[in-house]
Amino acid sequence: MTEFVATIGNLRQQPWSLWWVQFRRFARIEIRRNLFTRRAWWIYFLAFVPALIILVHLLVDAHRGNADVSEDTQVLAGIVQLYYVRLGIFFGCLGIFSRLIRGEMIERSLHYYLLSPVRRELILLSKFFAGAVSSVVLFGGAVLLDFVLMYVGYGAAGRDYMMHGQGFGQIEAYLLITVLACLGYGSIFLLLSLIFRNPMPGALLLWGWEAINPVMPSLLQKLSVASYLRHLMPVSVPAEGIFALLTVETEPVSAWVAVLGLLVLIALVLVYTCYRMRRLEIRYMTD
Amino acid sequence: MNAATDTIRFENVSKFYGEVLGVNRITLRLEPGVTTLVGPNGSGKTTLMNLMTGLVQPSRGEVSVLGLKPSNATEFFCNVGYCAQFDSFPRGLTGFQFVLDSLMLFGMSDEDAHGLAVEALERVQLDAAAAHRKIAGYSKGMRQKVRLAQAVAHHPRVLVLDEPLNGLDPMARAESLALFQELGRQGMHVVISSHILDEVDRVSDRVVLITGGYLIAQGNIHEVRQEVRDKPMQLLVRCDSPELLASKMFAVNHCVEARLHADGRGVFVRTGDVDQFYRILNEIAVEGLVKIEAVAPFDDNANAIYQYLIGSEGGTV
Repeated sequence: MTEFVATIGNLRQQPWSLWWVQFRRFARIEIRRNLFTRRAWWIYFLAFVPALIILVHLLVDAHRGNADVSEDTQVLAGIVQLYYVRLGIFFGCLGIFSRLIRGEMIERSLHYYLLSPVRRELILLSKFFAGAVSSVVLFGGAVLLDFVLMYVGYGAAGRDYMMHGQGFGQIEAYLLITVLACLGYGSIFLLLSLIFRNPMPGALLLWGWEAINPVMPSLLQKLSVASYLRHLMPVSVPAEGIFALLTVETEPVSAWVAVLGLLVLIALVLVYTCYRMRRLEIRYMTD
Repeated sequence: MNAATDTIRFENVSKFYGEVLGVNRITLRLEPGVTTLVGPNGSGKTTLMNLMTGLVQPSRGEVSVLGLKPSNATEFFCNVGYCAQFDSFPRGLTGFQFVLDSLMLFGMSDEDAHGLAVEALERVQLDAAAAHRKIAGYSKGMRQKVRLAQAVAHHPRVLVLDEPLNGLDPMARAESLALFQELGRQGMHVVISSHILDEVDRVSDRVVLITGGYLIAQGNIHEVRQEVRDKPMQLLVRCDSPELLASKMFAVNHCVEARLHADGRGVFVRTGDVDQFYRILNEIAVEGLVKIEAVAPFDDNANAIYQYLIGSEGGTV
């Protein structure tokens, strides 16, 4: 009991207000870099290319009498599961999160951060937060836009489906999936960028791992981001042909278990990443 | 203030990069003042500085700066400023923003940070118009100045400077050296590595000589010179009869060379026993045959000491 009280007392003595100022400052700088620089254009492209295609369909192939909401619902589910989770968010997060630390090493500017009066864990977590905000804004915004464009062509029926029908629950689930995918892949790519000079081979291995994960024993299935996200999908996508490689079939678990499981996985990865950050050395010559 | 909280300490520190030796078994204690690290490329100067500031961690041994460890970043970097040799900056910033952004991380108000940034840039003589231009358009000398400004802006007690004179023109070098000397006099620790030995030599309170990762000598330049017993010391004696003095010096055993100065008003003497030399010089002065005007060590500088100890040209260090 006395140890617990001492720990609480020790925590209270920490300079939380200073840490908060430093956290906000780092996060603001990093969000600006992630969203408002020319280097981010290809991530915008990854995020918004489905919206562009849906928009073209909406303009050229306007919904007529034979249009079917349930068919478009399947298409949207396919876009989220097959494109966003497995490709768009995956590679978008690779671009955003692997740059946070490794990019600074390549530009030889990381030492300025490490020589500032900021705990290294705080530097890492504020950068992770900035990456998460950037990726969620981009991909969450894109999924929301896809959703609206998909149903707006149906007029009043479409609006009713989005606002009062099943559509509302679906978009909630898709946004939750997007947030978790960004956090999950983001944490892993941040770690990979700290371990490897070039995180790309590791990322491709992860991509392969995510593809073969469904055939792994159930214990190993827990080490996959996509397998958790699959349980949160509001609409299932039939896995046929080549698309079977991009879908994940896992043992059924409840949504809460999936969310908690993924959050635990993210927390573990971040704790280890913080440990690596503490031991990080600046040796630009070899980086 | 006790010794541990007022010194920079290396306790049997070794650093290996894989199988490559960075520094080996360095035990060192640096007091306040200006300390110059002298050694050839790859000798371990930057490794020592990086160990001091936590950019690399020792494979063995312990480093502490004013009793602080870099792992306690908040307190440590309030007391330490490091101007590293990496000539790179975060993208898209002006010199002023760069210094201001660094200061804001100390949790100070906008107003205070602004004031300190202006003061630091004035200190390194970077004019206000240039400070508000993008760093990407700076000359090498200006980039060096802005890095120095960032390192000194928060008024650290320890200033570590890796090749701080690189890229500076002679005027800027002189101004920077005057600044280092002033900071040293104020009781700060100023640790400099530089290959322009003749210049840093003049402002240094002590030198640390390293080569191949090993510490060779340390201390006040004159003390280190005295330690080099096996090398004759060279002195310049200014007098009214240099030829007579030279002939008298040749007569004693410890004098290995006596050579007239080009201006004909002095003699270079190389002696293996400085104490004996001074004793005999006093006797000559008392005799009254030669009027001694001045005596000064001629190779009592880091460059010469470095050549004696390491056997290479100090100027290329």
